[in-house]
Amino acid sequence: MSEPLVVLDGVEKRFDDFVAVRRADLTINAGEFVAIMGPSGCGKTTTLRMLAGLEDPSAGTIHIDGKVMNGVPPHERDTPMVWQTLALFPFLNVRENVEFGLKMRGVAAPERGRRAKDWLERMEIGEFAGRNIETLSGGQKQRVALARALVTEPRLLLLDEPLSALDAHLVIRMQSVLTRLQRELGITFVYVTHSQSEAFAMADRIVIMASGEVAQVGGAREIYRNPANRFVAEFVGRNTILTGSVEGARLKTALGSFTMPGQGTQPADGTQANLVIAADRLQIGRGPLEVENTLRATLISEEFVGAFVTLFLEAEDGTEFKVQLQESALGALDLSSGGTFHLGWRGEQAHLMIEDAR
Amino acid sequence: MTWVLRGYTALLFTFVFAPIFFSMMFSFNSARFPTLPLEGFTTHWYETIFADEDFWRAARNSLIVSVSTGVLATILGFCTAYSDYRYRFRGQGAYLAIILLPPTIPLIVMALAMLAWFSKVGISGQVWTIIIAHTVLTAPFAMAIIRLRLNQIDASMEAAAWNLGASEWRAMREVILPFCRPAILSSLFLTAAVSFDEFTIAWFVSGLNKTLPVHVLEIVQGTIDPQVNAIGTLVFLTSMTLVIAAQLSIFFRLQRSTR
Repeated sequence: MSEPLVVLDGVEKRFDDFVAVRRADLTINAGEFVAIMGPSGCGKTTTLRMLAGLEDPSAGTIHIDGKVMNGVPPHERDTPMVWQTLALFPFLNVRENVEFGLKMRGVAAPERGRRAKDWLERMEIGEFAGRNIETLSGGQKQRVALARALVTEPRLLLLDEPLSALDAHLVIRMQSVLTRLQRELGITFVYVTHSQSEAFAMADRIVIMASGEVAQVGGAREIYRNPANRFVAEFVGRNTILTGSVEGARLKTALGSFTMPGQGTQPADGTQANLVIAADRLQIGRGPLEVENTLRATLISEEFVGAFVTLFLEAEDGTEFKVQLQESALGALDLSSGGTFHLGWRGEQAHLMIEDAR
Repeated sequence: MTWVLRGYTALLFTFVFAPIFFSMMFSFNSARFPTLPLEGFTTHWYETIFADEDFWRAARNSLIVSVSTGVLATILGFCTAYSDYRYRFRGQGAYLAIILLPPTIPLIVMALAMLAWFSKVGISGQVWTIIIAHTVLTAPFAMAIIRLRLNQIDASMEAAAWNLGASEWRAMREVILPFCRPAILSSLFLTAAVSFDEFTIAWFVSGLNKTLPVHVLEIVQGTIDPQVNAIGTLVFLTSMTLVIAAQLSIFFRLQRSTR
């Protein structure tokens, strides 16, 4: 299970002056569900296209299954992709779409038909085999696209934001279809998305990319609780970030001096560092709070997401604080009367990030 | 408002089709001159042209020229449309503009230029000279029709074919061509129709290998002969069939994809 299937070794991709991917090193193990996540233009799709052979790296090497893949054209690879636009063939019916990959590999017609039928049934769309693509719903097309990609039984499946065109309720459905499929088949999924919820819901490991670089690789929890740098801290979750300089066991910031969580090695005094406090770990109250770090802030706005509420507050120097709490806890706060609130957090629940060059 | 539009449409169709209708009517009229009232029904004029060797030679030439032009112009049009779709290169705008240029040149200018050029290289007056000239004239139409279709293609569709194991040639055969099929058929019919009707260039470069429109003019130059109405009717029906076929090949495609 843990042998490496895909290895990116110093991979770089330049388009004229623009560097899309910069010195990416990444190992993806066989059987893993890896999500590559980042904002538009971060290089995630280019990375995926390089795995499929649609782009050739400008530098570095890509190994798949132990073989160097640089210069291998797409049709000589076994790296089917599920496309953002699905890219189903409108002039072929559902069954013919699914058979396409087998036909290109010279599989005889009866065998093709049998395997396509198996996959259509597995994806629960067997009854649509003879239908025209345009007559299917978004979710059904999605399943055809999956069947078409998986029918050749590859070891690696590439997915490029496959759920971005679906309605929210279908996204949840397809997420469970995808995770179940991946577990059952035991093959490797590389899933590119800009959606944090999709990545966190499905992936074993998440690769965060920013301006062409791999910003962090890790499990959902690790990335959420221990962001490696400012970019990840801002991109993932709802974090409040305080910047200051180390002074003994405390961080001195414009808003005061706060305790730092225990570190393996104590950073030297004067080191620039960031304190990252997740929104669900900030406490809020009308009166003083019983924690070691406190300050006061004014409410700016609130945002409801079902049972949770995120409050946006501003401290005296303009720093934005985000606090997430249960909707039921709002009553005690009496938001409508305005004024200032007390904010606080326990020292060990913050995350310390030594300032990097960015 | 509605009746104004209706009246306008009726008027438009009258102007377009009345002359053709009268020409058809007079082709079955026994009088020598196209005047009303009609004299009597006859198929004499058709019999005359069917017995005329010159007519058959011209019809054969027209058929060869229009079919060959349709095929050549469509191939050429497809290749230019595909190169424009597939690649991004310096001067692409100029490339397109130059390709679309021929129909904007006055026919008489183009015809004279072609005659001069063909005589200079010594290939004037052949059937295939007309084919070359008509291909130059109609390839831009083919390109425009096929380019419209390629604009509708999913940006990832060709890559999806490669991704599933199709080489570039295979993807062309299995994905791009089937996708463009309605436009390719439409282009075949339309360019053939334009070529079948085209007179100016054909007259200049055809020499002794006359096409039907050239033949018609030569008859008219001599006398007023109702044969012309008969030939006109046949030419009209052929062109209309081609144009309608061009429309249908697009229409059926649309119907299939919205079914």
